[in-house]
Amino acid sequence: MLLARVIGNVVATQKNQRYEGTRIMLCRKLTAELEETDETMLALDSVSAGEGDVVLIVQEGWSASTATTGKAGAAIDSAIIGVVDYVDLLPDEKK
Amino acid sequence: MQLARVIGNLVSTIKNETLEGRKFLIVQTLNADLLPNGKPMIALDAIGAGIGELVFWCRGKEASFPFKRDNTPTDCTIVGIIDSDKHVFNGELRMVNEYLK
Repeated sequence: MLLARVIGNVVATQKNQRYEGTRIMLCRKLTAELEETDETMLALDSVSAGEGDVVLIVQEGWSASTATTGKAGAAIDSAIIGVVDYVDLLPDEKK
Repeated sequence: MQLARVIGNLVSTIKNETLEGRKFLIVQTLNADLLPNGKPMIALDAIGAGIGELVFWCRGKEASFPFKRDNTPTDCTIVGIIDSDKHVFNGELRMVNEYLK
């Protein structure tokens, strides 16, 4: 699982059937200190996350498909499965 | 899943029989600002995308799921077409779009 910030979304009318009714969010990967990285990715939303939220993303097919559509077997490889309230890090682990 | 632009296609005559009738496209992955990110790669088309279109792809085992023959050997499949470049809303582009209205 990885930490990311939702930076927006994309609109696709023509897409795989199983994506219907879902929101495709554009996310930027974060470090454990919640610093932004250059890496961006798309993830389907299953928790009604909004722009600016820090979220938890799974990048595994079975979990992503089950979380967003309720059933396994969809062509979905990453999903937002939680909105992060805060991250506690040991002082030694902070940069 | 990642945003990508279709930059070409690939023709193969002798291939796994489950791939018959399928289209291979060459895609360049893009970042949130729609700038190229990494090297181009080859993806199987599940949605009817064509050259120049903005799409998104799915990787891994799940890439085989859109096909009825789910033993289709692919590790990267195009699963959706983004309506247009203006339909990618990231913080900055949203502001530009609102300014242009």
